[in-house]
Amino acid sequence: MRALRAYLRSPPALFGSAILFAVLFMAVTAQWFYPNDPLGLAGRPLQWPGANPRFPLGTDPSGRDIAAQLFHGARVSLLIGVVATAIAVLIGIAMGAVAGFYGGGVDTGLMRVTEAFQTLPNFLLLLVLVAVFGSSIETVTIAIGLVSWPPVARLTRAEFLTLRTREFVQACRVQGLPDAHLILREVLPNALPPVIVYASVVMAVAILLESALAFLQLSDPNVPSWGNLIGLGRNVLRTEWYVSAIPGVAILLTILGVSLVGQGLNDALNPRLASGR
Amino acid sequence: MRVFKLALRRLAASLPTLLLILVGMFLLLQLAPGDTVDALMAQMGGGDAALAEELRRFYGLDLGIAARLGQYLLRLATLDLGFSAIYGKPVATVILERLPATILLMVSALSFAFFFGLVLGVIAARRVNRWPDTLISTLGLIFYATPSFWFGLMAIVLFSVHLQWLPAGGFSDITQELTGIAALLDIARHLVLPTLTLGLIFLAIYLRIMRASMLEVLSLDFVRTARAKGLSETRVVARHVLRNAMLPMVTLIGLQAGTMLGGSVVVESVFALPGLGRLAYESVVQRDLNTLLGIVFVSALLVIAINFLVDILYARLDPRISADS
Repeated sequence: MRALRAYLRSPPALFGSAILFAVLFMAVTAQWFYPNDPLGLAGRPLQWPGANPRFPLGTDPSGRDIAAQLFHGARVSLLIGVVATAIAVLIGIAMGAVAGFYGGGVDTGLMRVTEAFQTLPNFLLLLVLVAVFGSSIETVTIAIGLVSWPPVARLTRAEFLTLRTREFVQACRVQGLPDAHLILREVLPNALPPVIVYASVVMAVAILLESALAFLQLSDPNVPSWGNLIGLGRNVLRTEWYVSAIPGVAILLTILGVSLVGQGLNDALNPRLASGR
Repeated sequence: MRVFKLALRRLAASLPTLLLILVGMFLLLQLAPGDTVDALMAQMGGGDAALAEELRRFYGLDLGIAARLGQYLLRLATLDLGFSAIYGKPVATVILERLPATILLMVSALSFAFFFGLVLGVIAARRVNRWPDTLISTLGLIFYATPSFWFGLMAIVLFSVHLQWLPAGGFSDITQELTGIAALLDIARHLVLPTLTLGLIFLAIYLRIMRASMLEVLSLDFVRTARAKGLSETRVVARHVLRNAMLPMVTLIGLQAGTMLGGSVVVESVFALPGLGRLAYESVVQRDLNTLLGIVFVSALLVIAINFLVDILYARLDPRISADS
């Protein structure tokens, strides 16, 4: 409750929540406002925003409605952001929890794997995964989750390392409770808050990774994605730069919203470390 | 010397990681549909199965996975990265041609982000919670949220198309023969926008970390002592705080070397720079798996090398590290 009140008192956090609610609103109402296929032909190509009242944000080089793609793209970005983050956080927590709880050889082994993933540029690994498994929306989402977990694992491991020797854990240990209980019921709940805060960073990076992939035309071409639209607008950049500019602003605002909410959560959950103090 | 020994030990510790990456990538690429021969045949406009068989034997693709993995690792040990069927050259040659542009881009983007991140972070921390801090922190948040490729495109629209101050892409002006200083200046002009584009997100991260670590160090006892001695605030910051506050930033360089290399894939394709990142993109599109594997190897080496340098730098900044060992 105290955390919630602290969160609601912070203007940046509220601003971030407002942005995210707006994006969520776009995602939910996309089908309602734009029931037609957003990737279907809507009108004459390359009409400037405002030139035709039917297309408030104009049309792209293929004559598709940019506003419709923006609304449907919100769906894709949020979906990829949430699902990829969930995958990354789950893998990260599992690796970090086991490594931090058991230590020793298990820890060394798992940390080697984590290091390997961190040494490899994540975007390069993403390219390889897409090259190998194709670029349908499902594989792209899973691939983004697979390249994003190492920082979560490190964070979880660090939390587990400090928590596992605390008295309440030792008390449970001498009661003869199984390891699974110690990990899941005792240590994990205490290790979770910083991980949840960090999930906002993972989500921001996931959305950026997908849009970069789509911009290079390596993501799923059959879904309306903001990055895809930016990539299409690149061919007409010199004259009709609005095609790339508009979806870029949408990405920027979404990431900004995610970061602000993450920071607000951080300040609310760790009042001692609140930023700006 | 102690510093070197420490860094060398870290370097040796990264060898298993490298091996893990190579084996993992090799096995992963075995799952790819189609191999180099398929790509080559498609480029030639098709051919019969006997020819494909012949080519597979020529490139050693007819052996078992374990045998090929062993061969691959053995060849890597002699720095032989294999042959790129698409480019018709050894992979090592292709990569070496592309490496300078990427390294130049990374060094300039890193210097830009580090320097301005440091300066802005210090200013924000000195004026904490007043308008310069608010302004800088807000800018940092916005920079952090900006997709690099989009920023690059918008920079091209503004600076190349409308203002015509800077070139929109490429590594140098190919319409004129330049030598000496003029050629260097030309390359520098071509690198301005890519550097800003790649460095922007790191600038945002560095200024945030710098601000936080400045605030933390400023609250420590030795800073109070320095102030009590009557030192001016500037001198306190320059001589006592800065060196300590820089440590997290230096750590971050090593941690994010891989991210930066990944970012250069996108930036290089926005600005049509002939670098390693663009080569990676091209080899994905052309299914040149030999080259892709080579790029992964060289990128991993690059990241490990950067971390080696960071370790040395860190130990120089913080003498306790080499004294402990």
